Amino acid sequence: MSQTQTRNAITLKGSAQLVTEYLNFGINSILFQRGIYPAENFRQELHFGLQIYVSTDEKINSFLDSVLGQIKEWLAAQKIKKMSMVITNIQTKEVLERWDFNLQYEKPETTTGTVDGKEEIYGKKEIKVIQSEIRSVLLQICSTVTALPLLDCPCAFDLLIYTPQDCEVPEMWDETEPCFIANSQEIQLRTFSTTFHKMSTIVSYKAE
Amino acid sequence: MSQFHFDLNSAINMDEPTKGPAPRWHKKGLDSSSSSINISLNNSLKPRSFSMNSNVTYKSPSRNNVKMGGEAAGGILKKTPSKTPSKTPSKTPKKSPGVLNLASPAKGRTPGGGDRFIPDRNATHFDLGHFKMLDEPLDVNMSPTQKDMQRNMMENLCGQDIDNARVLAFQKKAPAPPDGHINSMKVVYSQSKATLSAKAASSRYISQAPDRILDAPELVDDYYLNLIDWSPSNVLAVALGISVYLWNADSGTIDHLIDLEGSDYVSSVSWVQEGNVLAVGTSLGSVQLWDTESVKRLRNMEGHTARVGSLSWNSHILSSGCRSGQIIHHDVRLPEHNVMTLSAHTQEVCGLKWSPDSRYLASGGNDNLLNIWSASSGQLVANASTPLYSLSAHQAAVKALAWCPWHSSLLASGGGTADRHIRFWNCNTGVCLKSVDTMSQVCSILWSTNYKELVSSHGFAKNQLILWKYPSLSKNARRFCTLDGACDAIALACVRTLASSTGVLTHAHERRRANCLVSERRCQTVKRQLKRRPGSR
Repeated sequence: MSQTQTRNAITLKGSAQLVTEYLNFGINSILFQRGIYPAENFRQELHFGLQIYVSTDEKINSFLDSVLGQIKEWLAAQKIKKMSMVITNIQTKEVLERWDFNLQYEKPETTTGTVDGKEEIYGKKEIKVIQSEIRSVLLQICSTVTALPLLDCPCAFDLLIYTPQDCEVPEMWDETEPCFIANSQEIQLRTFSTTFHKMSTIVSYKAE
Repeated sequence: MSQFHFDLNSAINMDEPTKGPAPRWHKKGLDSSSSSINISLNNSLKPRSFSMNSNVTYKSPSRNNVKMGGEAAGGILKKTPSKTPSKTPSKTPKKSPGVLNLASPAKGRTPGGGDRFIPDRNATHFDLGHFKMLDEPLDVNMSPTQKDMQRNMMENLCGQDIDNARVLAFQKKAPAPPDGHINSMKVVYSQSKATLSAKAASSRYISQAPDRILDAPELVDDYYLNLIDWSPSNVLAVALGISVYLWNADSGTIDHLIDLEGSDYVSSVSWVQEGNVLAVGTSLGSVQLWDTESVKRLRNMEGHTARVGSLSWNSHILSSGCRSGQIIHHDVRLPEHNVMTLSAHTQEVCGLKWSPDSRYLASGGNDNLLNIWSASSGQLVANASTPLYSLSAHQAAVKALAWCPWHSSLLASGGGTADRHIRFWNCNTGVCLKSVDTMSQVCSILWSTNYKELVSSHGFAKNQLILWKYPSLSKNARRFCTLDGACDAIALACVRTLASSTGVLTHAHERRRANCLVSERRCQTVKRQLKRRPGSR
């Protein structure tokens, strides 16, 4: 095992971390680009080589932190199938838009290496390649926004996690129903893969 | 050892006084019941005993019979035939044949009695429960393909099989946006919209005023007549009372074509698809063909008994609609021109249009019917005595008919004052695709060949022209010309799209009758409206 290979490759934990980061920045830029929260509450940060608007609102951040923290655990345990970001009209409770982040678990060709004396499994894909893939999806999220209809009403968002039946419901979590949009249209965004997780993103919106 | 032996024997004896050693009891049991049957049972495991079966079979499944017979429970069965089948399901003899057999014959009919609590398993219907549990997942009513279909639908709807997924959400929701927050993207959307419409407006000018007004004295004021037609060679034919005039839109010259004699007047005009032949229908029921180049009558075709209010060409077939409700196909090449008569309307046929691909003929009548006739392949006449579809959605006379040039078998039809709707039909299926209330009488409809638009002209009550975008039916430049509302005007419009050397022009022309209100000018006017296209001046 050469040293360089292990350094550039990714572990399952790292993959979960990367996917969580993608979700975080994806959600943040959707929140900004779709104008769900005022633009003053966002700050530009450099991630994945992109200027991404990240929320500075504490409440939003704590919500995202707790949800994404749980998602990261599930990712590592391979217990999450899909995450939906649902945008609803506050007054009418109508679902206007849904961003689906579909996950597939892949059995990668792995190599094992040792870090700090611990055995770890590494994927064959280089982190840089994965990051550039994520970058292109994040760019696409921003560009897709122009194709979507204007959300001309106060909107709220929620994150729904799809897990297998046997998954335990942690504290502070509830079971809900999936959200559907009547008469919806879909845009499929690019897919990226970390060799452990394959993430495909779809936005469906209410057709006029 | 010997002591133990003794103890064991005494214990058995004390515990169950009637219970002897197993073989002995077995003998006793056999003795106590009628031996003949038992023997027959025991022996007839294979041949089956009829006496036994007759008692039991209709209540318990057959496998139980065989087992019970084999275990010599026949004695009990014989004694209490009505009770036993329900009391001895297959399980009990299977599981503890020894105990049951030992206990039951001695105590007679109370196997559950005595000093021990033996739960009444017979009443719990284990078999039934087991069967139900196993049975439930296999839904009897659903075939495998149906189940597949359901699963696929579910996957398509939810992105995955929802049955084995759990949807979780964090209890503490994200905060709502602050009050009074307006989506900042609104600026982007509204700005881009504004620039778009500004661009469209600047690149496509739609005139609000008529380009030219032609005097049209003595124009017959009758909704049911078709008195104007614009030829492909840009000549407008107008029927004014007994005369037909030709106005050349290129040169502006006016030619007088015909004067009818007597009380006759011109009730319809129609240009052939190519060339300079004009068909003229008269109030006395004749159809004339005129060569406009040489100003000569080519033919006079009789056949109708009343005035001919509508005409439509299909290659060498001229179809004419009459006040009597008849439609006649004239083959203008033949001496016997009348090739077919259609009589499905009961009142005046005021709208008649062949589809551009010659497959359908649409006819609208004063009986509020819209009929679609099909011309089978190779034939240019609409055959059969009954229409392909007889559509009765309109609540008034159907005069305005127009076939979509870019979408075959799409027909737009407009109703009269009581109806006021434009309806869109798929003539392959006879289904009404869309309808829109125009709020006033629909006089004519014309599709644009350059844009996905159509223009409609209206009489009472609003006297206007409306330009529609087709699939959306939003009025993008609604009412680009409104006629003088003060006069009792009847607007009949006919719009043609012409390709000119400078670009594409859409001409909208219409005539109206202005009653005495406009001073002495009792004349009627034909307004011609130019809709300038990009690039044209």
